[in-house]
Amino acid sequence: MSIGNIWILCKKELKSYFASPIAYGLMAFFALVCGYFFYAATAIFVVRSTDPMMAQRGMPMDVTEWVIRPVLMNASVLGLFMIPMITMRLFAEEKRSGTIELLATSPIRDIEIILGKWLAAVLLYVCILAVSAIDLSILFIYGKPEVKPLLVGYLGLLLQGSCLLAIGTFISNTTRHQLVAGAATFAVCLLLWVLDWVSAYDSTPTGRVISYLSVMGHFENFAKGVLDSKDVIYYLSVIFFGLFLTTRSMEYLRWRA
Amino acid sequence: MIKVEGLTKRYARNVAVDNISFEVEKGQIVGFLGPNGAGKTTTMRVLTCFLPPTEGKAQVAGFDVMTQAMEVKRRIGYLPETPPLYPEMEVSEYIEFVGRLKGLPRAGLLKRVDEVCERCNVADVKSKLISKLSKGYRQRVGLASAIIHNPDVLILDEPTAGLDPEQRRETLSLIKELAGEHTIILSTHILPEVEQTCQRVIIISKGKLVATDTVENLNSRLRGAELVAVEVEPRNGHLAQEVVQQKLEQVPGVSRVLFREQRNSRLLFEVESLQGRSIRGDLARAVVQADWNLTELHPIGLSLEEIFIQLTSSTEKGGSK
Repeated sequence: MSIGNIWILCKKELKSYFASPIAYGLMAFFALVCGYFFYAATAIFVVRSTDPMMAQRGMPMDVTEWVIRPVLMNASVLGLFMIPMITMRLFAEEKRSGTIELLATSPIRDIEIILGKWLAAVLLYVCILAVSAIDLSILFIYGKPEVKPLLVGYLGLLLQGSCLLAIGTFISNTTRHQLVAGAATFAVCLLLWVLDWVSAYDSTPTGRVISYLSVMGHFENFAKGVLDSKDVIYYLSVIFFGLFLTTRSMEYLRWRA
Repeated sequence: MIKVEGLTKRYARNVAVDNISFEVEKGQIVGFLGPNGAGKTTTMRVLTCFLPPTEGKAQVAGFDVMTQAMEVKRRIGYLPETPPLYPEMEVSEYIEFVGRLKGLPRAGLLKRVDEVCERCNVADVKSKLISKLSKGYRQRVGLASAIIHNPDVLILDEPTAGLDPEQRRETLSLIKELAGEHTIILSTHILPEVEQTCQRVIIISKGKLVATDTVENLNSRLRGAELVAVEVEPRNGHLAQEVVQQKLEQVPGVSRVLFREQRNSRLLFEVESLQGRSIRGDLARAVVQADWNLTELHPIGLSLEEIFIQLTSSTEKGGSK
């Protein structure tokens, strides 16, 4: 595996993201919606913190808990909508236009193609997430929120995004229709999301396994500012699994074609 | 340079290529000829390591496409039927990207990009977006990117498809120029192109190899009987077509006389000889003796087209037995 080859592919993908409206559209969408969430969270925070009833209860109002956490949680939900749009074209587009023939007949390994494309998707996702930093930086102008939980929260968003992007990359490789890839990715992401719900009522081993598989459940800790190796390992293994499936599917499609 | 032995490629339901063997020498231009769906693209895809063969072996520059794919890919330039272009890239950017993909170092790459652009006549659109290019330019950009790494073998799948006659002529002469440095396989179903550019022809039909030979050999191999065009003019007055036809049919060795057309008072016939007979001399004498003017007399070679039809239709008969 050569880093150089991965980077060549990654650069090309990034360029084509930014040469099309996708990147800007997603960033604008995220800026708008995330900005609204931030506004709503701070507004609630301001109202509550000036409420004498709350002060009487002796509950200290905390920016991290009342603003940063809900904004991060909501941002991760937005990821659910944006990730299919990022990954759907990765392979489907190349298959439809025939450019996959160029990649497949160049002296470059499948895994390098996959990693390059996935990395480009991750970097675009980072750019999108970075937009929300504008909102949160306002908190630093007027106060002194804790930095560490914020960084952990962003790490969580990044890991969660990367793992869904890996799944999306795999799905994009199985079809030549972008829309099919997008819709299927959205369906799978949604499913992985709601698996967490069983934890509310099912505490049997099966229920625990199912809720363990949920991408959402693992994000909660990050949003709270808790860095647990269990969650990191979960995300890393899903990334690995998604990319591994992609290599297998490339191989399979070549032999079956 | 290229060696294919017993190559078979089966898809789920049909056999695309059936036990094909051929060899291509270094520096040759070989035409890969066959009707649509004959298995040309599949064979090329196997040679470029895009598809694995079901059975048989294929070697490029001494490397096996299955076990040494990386080495093969490094030595091959491939232009698929639709050039694999990214519309959002600029021409020079795209060619540079392909160069990097093929493993060329960054140093000197820009110079090489300029070289191939010059070579393929796309230097004037170097900074244009590919999406803005015409079909002919796209084809040449594809060709430029296929030779960026100076490959030993160049595989071109229908390089002239969809081009207008002028672009077609340009592309073919460009390919001809590239020969010598590169071994070239080009596929087409347009026969005159092969006659113009290629030294050898490989004809396949329905996945089977029908013939492989030089263009001249194929021509002479299939030309047992002689076909002659004869044009006759009356010395004065009018000449009835039937009279001339009868006269020509009486010439010894003639098997068939076909009236073609009348140009003013001149009559044009196509005369076919019996197998292995030369009839031109007798035809000339017969016309002159009848006191007509012989205005034209020349042999018509069987075109590759006719050879092709003969060969492919004979395999069809063989296949239906």
